[in-house]
This record gives sequence, C-alpha cells and structure tokens, in this order.
Amino acid sequence: MKDDLLVIGDKVFKSRLFVGTGKYATPELMLAAIEASGAEVVTVALRRMNIEGQQRTILDYLSQTRCTILPNTAGCYTAEEAIRTARLARELGLSNMIKLEVIGDAKTLFPDNEALLEAAKVLVKEGFIVLPYTNDDPVMAKKLEDIGCAAVMPLGAPIGSGLGIRNPYNIKIILETVKVPVIVDAGVGTASDASFAMELGCSGVLMNTGIAGAKDPVKMARAMKLAVEAGRLAYLAGRIPKKLYASASSPLDNLIE
Amino acid sequence: MRVKVNGKEYVIPDGLTVRGMLSYFKINENFVAVERNKEIVPKKEWDNVYVCENDVFEIVTFVGGG
Repeated sequence: MKDDLLVIGDKVFKSRLFVGTGKYATPELMLAAIEASGAEVVTVALRRMNIEGQQRTILDYLSQTRCTILPNTAGCYTAEEAIRTARLARELGLSNMIKLEVIGDAKTLFPDNEALLEAAKVLVKEGFIVLPYTNDDPVMAKKLEDIGCAAVMPLGAPIGSGLGIRNPYNIKIILETVKVPVIVDAGVGTASDASFAMELGCSGVLMNTGIAGAKDPVKMARAMKLAVEAGRLAYLAGRIPKKLYASASSPLDNLIE
Repeated sequence: MRVKVNGKEYVIPDGLTVRGMLSYFKINENFVAVERNKEIVPKKEWDNVYVCENDVFEIVTFVGGG
C-alpha cells in the first residue's frame, strides 16, 4: 500500500480515514482515538471563544499530532454564513481546506444543495480547497466537481445516525460520474460500513460519531483504521463477481472411491 | 468605551488596538481569528486597527467537530 496515496488539492495523504474531533469525553481520549485511527486529517468546528473562562483550545491538543486540520462550516444554514465561517477558519492560519457544510434541515442535517453550490463557487474562487458535504446525488456531485471542488463528500446516511451506506448504488454512480476523490462523510456506524464504502471504490471515509460515540472510542478507532485499509485493499484487489450458485473450490476429479 | 464581543457588551479601556483588546481579555493570540463589524481583521493588522466605540467583535477559535 506504500504508493497508494490520496491526493486532494495540493495535499497528499497515506491514510484514507478522516476523523472528527467532536463528542469526546476528554481531549486526552480524543488524542488517543486519533492516534489509534492513524488519520492524517482531522475536522474541527469554528465557534466563539469563551473569553471569560479557560483559554485552552482544541488546538493546544491537536498541535501534539501531525494531522492536517480540516475546519468545517457545521451549523451554517446559509451560503453567507458558511462563507463567513470558512474565511474566519482560514484566518486562523492553519489550513486553506474547508469541509463545506450548508445545512438545509435541522432534523436530518441534510445539506441545502443550492446554497452549498453557491458557497462552493465563492470559496473556490477565493482559493480554498473545498470539500463539500453533499447528498448522495450524482448530479450534484458533478456540479460541485465542475465548479472546482477538490473532492466530493456524499453522506452515507444522516450525520451521527450510524445507519451505514444507505444507497450504495448512488455512491457507485457518483464514483463513475466524477474524477475528484469521493469521500463518504457521515453515517458510518461500524467497521463494516467503512469497509463497504472503500470496497465500492471511495477514496476515503470521514467519521466522527462512529468512533467518538463507541463505548471504547480508541478500540473503535483502530477498528476503523483496519476497516478502511481492508476495504481499500479489497477494492484494489478486485472482488469476484457475485453468483447465485456454488462453484467448488476443491478439484472435482481424483476423488477416492 | 463600550464594545460588543461574542454577543456580550463590555466596557474596555479607551485607545486599545485589536491586539491590546485581546491582551486585555487575556486571550491566547495564537489560536484566534478576529472579526470586527463583520470584517476580518488580519493578524498583521492587529497592531494598526484601533477599537472604536460600539464596535462589534467576533473572536473565534476551533472546537471539536465532525
């Protein structure tokens, strides 16, 4: 797997697992899970600093890792909010990558694709490496690629749902439709979901709750690392076609009588 | 003078630059971005931009997220 690198914009990664940093009980647990996952990209959110309380930020911890920071625009419901958040995130000086989210509905956290495309256009023009969180919609994925996004990140299922890859056929069509990396973002609940996404031919998987919400996040992080690698290997190896009937694995001749 | 920072009103000393205000609030400058009246104040401008009466600031950082 030495030469199997993931290229996004001007960045090159060995690991195809991207992990979130939310929902951990302690920063130490987060760091241990990130390490176990082998991830080289971690997502963060942008929020107001608590100027009256303690001043230690997540970056005090993440600076102990060598991970690339991928800020998100989570919580943004309009293109304007997302653009403003992305600009502030870049101003922090750590990354010009942005996981672009424009949410259209609070219950499902499904994206507002119209606003997403609008925000993506502006941010691409401003030189951001834009990774948009989108529906599993091939038409949308193509539009996002056409306007210059560095990857597309279709959801497997609603954020935090753990429902797995709900529409593998659409993911497959997206993979045939775009040339940029396809990273399944959201919905992964357990190791087999991650493997499945990779077996389909996705370039990577991004998850947060699947690891952070597990009873043992560090163990699950390792499971996800192995699952992503296993799925990737299986994809590269080329699986056998599915058949309805058996085909014997052992020779049918020279049986004893 | 009166300013609004992260949605809350504060009275701070007159004549502060943006960097001066950050230090007044004891904010670690390494990990923040500053927006003043909805416009980003780049880090290199922190010493040149003076805080004005009724300015509205957003001082942001990164937190855990997915």
